Amino acid sequence: MKIAVCVKEVPDTTAEKRIDPGTGRLVRDEGDRMLNEFDKYAVEEAVRLKEAGAADEVILISLGPEKAVESLRQGLAMGADRLVLVSDPAAVGSDYLGTAKALATVLEGTGAELVLLGSEATDARSGVMAAYLGEVSGRAWVTSANSLAVNGGSITVERQSDDGVDTVEAPLPAVVSVTKAINEPRYPSLKGIMGAKKKPQDVTSLAEAGIDASGVGEQGAKTKVVGVETPPARTAGQVVKDEGNGAQQILDFLIDKKIV
Amino acid sequence: MAGILVVAEPQGSGFRRVGLEILSKARDLKNSTGGPLAAYVGGSGVADQAAQLGAYGAEKVFVADHEALASGLAAPHVDIIAKLQAENDFSAILFGGTSQGRDTAAALAARLGAGLNSDSTDLAASGSGLQATRPAFGGQNLVKSEWTGGPQIALVRPNSFQASESGGSAEVVAVTPDISEASLRTKMTSRKPVEEGKVSLEEASIIVSGGRGLGAPENFAVVEALAASLGAAVGASRAAVDAGWYPHPNQVGQTGKTVSPNLYIACGISGAVQHKVGMQTSDVIVAINKDEEAPIFGFADFGVVGDLFEIVPKLTELINQRKG
Repeated sequence: MKIAVCVKEVPDTTAEKRIDPGTGRLVRDEGDRMLNEFDKYAVEEAVRLKEAGAADEVILISLGPEKAVESLRQGLAMGADRLVLVSDPAAVGSDYLGTAKALATVLEGTGAELVLLGSEATDARSGVMAAYLGEVSGRAWVTSANSLAVNGGSITVERQSDDGVDTVEAPLPAVVSVTKAINEPRYPSLKGIMGAKKKPQDVTSLAEAGIDASGVGEQGAKTKVVGVETPPARTAGQVVKDEGNGAQQILDFLIDKKIV
Repeated sequence: MAGILVVAEPQGSGFRRVGLEILSKARDLKNSTGGPLAAYVGGSGVADQAAQLGAYGAEKVFVADHEALASGLAAPHVDIIAKLQAENDFSAILFGGTSQGRDTAAALAARLGAGLNSDSTDLAASGSGLQATRPAFGGQNLVKSEWTGGPQIALVRPNSFQASESGGSAEVVAVTPDISEASLRTKMTSRKPVEEGKVSLEEASIIVSGGRGLGAPENFAVVEALAASLGAAVGASRAAVDAGWYPHPNQVGQTGKTVSPNLYIACGISGAVQHKVGMQTSDVIVAINKDEEAPIFGFADFGVVGDLFEIVPKLTELINQRKG
């Protein structure tokens, strides 16, 4: 079985970020870039399945700027076998549906039976791509997996739902998003990092990947940003030193705010 | 296209509050979209509670009853809402930002080829449709977004609007739950339910969070006791979660949950960017930290510099006394 892992390059989570008020898009050239932290859990799970003999190849797939290869290589260093990155100026400005269509097309080409994603990306924070990809690719899909087991032609997942932790079963091929509870991602070894550079890293255009350009990029987007505002930053309120009555002062503040 | 469909998720004998919040807001919005304000309720044994939504402004409530609709899985709901859309041609379909709401909205948008604006904290009338506001980077920017066509699908962050009753009544319409084989491929076989009365972080109106300053996992007991006195959910900083002191689902911050409660109490949390972007859209922030230089005092509404092990238990006692 082949496993595909959808990965994304995001801005460094420890840095301040901003949106270009003119384009309504994230300013892409500021600061460090990294592999989305949530994706590491999906890569780790895929590599573990391969190590356990349940899979024979782990393929990373992504949509983004060409230089994202640098960040995404971390997934190869963790043990994935190869990377397919769709990079095309015409794909810039893709919304969820455009992104899902592009990823689904690449997915078909890989022949992967299981597709894993992180539960969300640290930049967009939407957590919707697994559902989109499941629907667009016609596969069974499960979100928020805390555990995942492959049994022949099906999977068993414990998922975090609104009402508790649910055990669900789904047939392969399937799309699964994983939470941070699923595993503890490894740090790539020096050998892994060195080896990653030699693994196949295909950067393809929309046309080369066989993706219909009308459905992606700005022209395919069903939503449009019409403005970006920068609200005044939160400022410091009252700060007091506890002289034994700190708790009472908090209570008085909460009563004043009509919260309690 | 006309009218708004609000997806209200049943919970017990009532509804998750976010659905009621959206209905309350949609009463104003329908002046621009025209048409009726309708609601969809899908679940198992939920027919009796559907009429409650009339009090929040729903004129028509579509109810679908089927075991698979109570599984927490979205696909069966997508089939039913897609059919409702084909028959009623709503100009907007609004969901609460719960786990099920997110999954259903995304798969529905993909199925209909419609646009989705997620994590909206405000909705406004714009022309004959809507405009959504989404905070980016923890509220540092507010992104205003619209749709290039319909239906306009939006996910709304809990606590963005006040739930208020309008005193109306709704016509309840039973819908035949036609669910495709494909949408029944994924099956829920068992559930370990969340503890009775426990609120999820995203939906909680009050959150009490603990961080590195707690020093040890067992010390989360003081945070939990304060949370219990306030009917609050418990959050944790990345430092506390990474140290294994508290579970991942409770993490607030850039690599955890983004929350906007009415009150956020940070205990022993320094307030680094990683944490700040996950909670700075809270209405009121209270911080307790022994380090007066902690960044959190730079954006908290009320801060106390002191020992959280003195202050937090005392505050818990004071609140319990006040309630009792």
